[in-house]
Amino acid sequence: MKIALFGNPNTGKSSIFNLLTGLRQQVGNFPGVTIEKKTGVFNTTKNKHQLTDFPGTYSIYPHSKDEEIVYNALTNSEHDDFPELAIVILDASNLERNLLLFTQLYDFKIPLILVLNMWDVAERRGIKIDVANLQSHFPTTPIIKMNARIGLGKDRLIAAIDELDYKVKKDSFIASSFPCLIDDKEAQNEEVLLRYEKIREILKDVQHEKTSTKNTLSRKLDRVLIHRFWGYFIFVAILMVIFQFIFSLAAIPMAWIDDSFVLLSNWVDHQLPPGLLNDLFSKGIIPGIAGVLMFIPQIALLFFFIALLEESGYLSRVVFIMDRLMRPFGLNGKSVVPLISSIACAIPGILATRTIADWKERIITIIIAPLMSCSARIPVYTLLIALVIPKTYLLGFISIQGLVLLALYFLGIISALLLAIVLKKFIVVKNKGFLIMEMPEYKKPRWRNIFITVIEKVKVFVWDAGKVILAISIILWVLATYGPSGNMENKIALAKKTEYYIHTNEVQKQTIVSSAKLEGSYIGIMGKFIEPLITPLGYDWKIGVSLIVSFAAREVFVGSLYTIYAVHDDSEAHQNLLSHLKMAKKEDGSPVYSLATGVSLMVFYVFAMQCMATLAVVKKETKSWRWPLLQLVIMGAMAYLGALISYQLLA
Amino acid sequence: MSKSLSEIIVGEKVTVEKISHPYLTTKLIEMGMHAGLKLELLYKAPFGDPIAISMNGSILTLRLDEAKFIQVCSSPL
Repeated sequence: MKIALFGNPNTGKSSIFNLLTGLRQQVGNFPGVTIEKKTGVFNTTKNKHQLTDFPGTYSIYPHSKDEEIVYNALTNSEHDDFPELAIVILDASNLERNLLLFTQLYDFKIPLILVLNMWDVAERRGIKIDVANLQSHFPTTPIIKMNARIGLGKDRLIAAIDELDYKVKKDSFIASSFPCLIDDKEAQNEEVLLRYEKIREILKDVQHEKTSTKNTLSRKLDRVLIHRFWGYFIFVAILMVIFQFIFSLAAIPMAWIDDSFVLLSNWVDHQLPPGLLNDLFSKGIIPGIAGVLMFIPQIALLFFFIALLEESGYLSRVVFIMDRLMRPFGLNGKSVVPLISSIACAIPGILATRTIADWKERIITIIIAPLMSCSARIPVYTLLIALVIPKTYLLGFISIQGLVLLALYFLGIISALLLAIVLKKFIVVKNKGFLIMEMPEYKKPRWRNIFITVIEKVKVFVWDAGKVILAISIILWVLATYGPSGNMENKIALAKKTEYYIHTNEVQKQTIVSSAKLEGSYIGIMGKFIEPLITPLGYDWKIGVSLIVSFAAREVFVGSLYTIYAVHDDSEAHQNLLSHLKMAKKEDGSPVYSLATGVSLMVFYVFAMQCMATLAVVKKETKSWRWPLLQLVIMGAMAYLGALISYQLLA
Repeated sequence: MSKSLSEIIVGEKVTVEKISHPYLTTKLIEMGMHAGLKLELLYKAPFGDPIAISMNGSILTLRLDEAKFIQVCSSPL
């Protein structure tokens, strides 16, 4: 049976969804909109059911294009998401407001189950609910008391699904014609006010509030956490702790994943007979997959922390204190979390912008998100820093290399904010942004919910980024393996005549040949083709090749240098690569990787939109090629100009 | 005395008179705001904006830009 979950935001809807479906859930999209659609399956004694989690709303009437999904699914019985049964989750501690959505659903005459969730919160606040009395007003709808956060009431809910009389004829809650037209705001206001009047009438007998014991702990915490000094201080401190954890803790599993994939590709190399298939797997597909999986530890850790802060209720305080600071940039307090996520990876960051209700604030957040230096840039930064920045210390203990790394992060953040100001001027919309949000109370986080969130985010990353990166790795492999007829053979023949080749060992000989092959391949030709364009930035064709291949994913830059400079990838590869790069000379004898070229490259990587997977996600989220293309052009121009200026200044 | 919700001070208790936001009135009504409802300004964010009000036992945040369209009068003590 098709079952739908409805409810206001913050009613524990996702807890109930997780409770029923566990890990048997999928995240997709409702057709035509960017609202996340979570579906899952579960069994009752009698049947198997498909459960769809509808976005949390206060009413069936939409306030944005995306919110229309609820209205559309309910008003059209032919709609794919039209439910056979709707479970409506109500926050028992706030019945009045929660009953609005319920009475609207009631008037659709679909079979309903009413769940009174967060029973414990209501009790703590001294709210007494006369369930029998409430039941008398909605005789055909079973009412279930639940406390989903600790798993209480699941059996009652499952039993109710089986026992419900699906044929029973229902009365109407309000007599007027329902539902109103989607655009008729006047009629909607009237209807909602009428419903509230009736609801308040009912609640006079249903709900009894003792002298309201306000949640004093919450208020006390708020006094500190939104304080004009301590609020920001604590937020920055939390961020620093999180990033400290991410960078130090994630390094261990990342190295482990990297090593095992090197082993795997070597193993495949030995198992399969030499040839194209061997090459495709050991040099194309396996490194491609490794490039995606490498980032899982960082992403999982970051989302663990974000989910923890979200579950506890702290994140809405961050939104509250950051909103005013973000507004001059055309952003929203809710832009903070997506931008922070983008420091791990822009893809989950961009998906997290879905919480921003205002379209303009959301689109600006999406466009600037990839300017946050993501984890894929770290290998590039560290290689270049090791190459051109001296290992000296300021005042004896502040590492210059560390300072440069920090400066690159700040360059990304500051330019993102500047770009936001520009975009704010150019994107014109009718309505101003808004921040009407309910602040939840502080709660103890539920590990199960956090765990499921992390799994979901990682799945989205692996799938969304993975398929694009994998596809491009294969394309790049083809371009690097084939060349115009005779071209590669010529280059190899030339390379074999050099003194160095004749006197070196077997392993080196192989790597020299593959380097020569690359030079003669299509991608080598492309590198040479763009050389005139990138000479003013201080790059040669070899760097050009690396720039082209990093369009799949930035971190490929490092791997491609191994191949180009014919460094055999082994345990000492990193040191070897560094010394090769340091020795690389231009025709006039000056080093290729001068300080100017190195800095110019770093600046290029801060700005350039070298991530096809992100572009694909932006296209998906904005429903148009316009925004990803704009992003590609703006960031490309910033990268080129930034690199040009830094090279010309330093050279 | 009638004034807008954006003008009240922390701790002040008021009653809603009228909501006249050009395009967010329906949203505010749906969230439970209506004429006659008692509100209390719980706190302001640093820099005075947005504000958090207590409404029906829950906390609602609003930017001053939204609050100024909500007309209120001081509640009798």
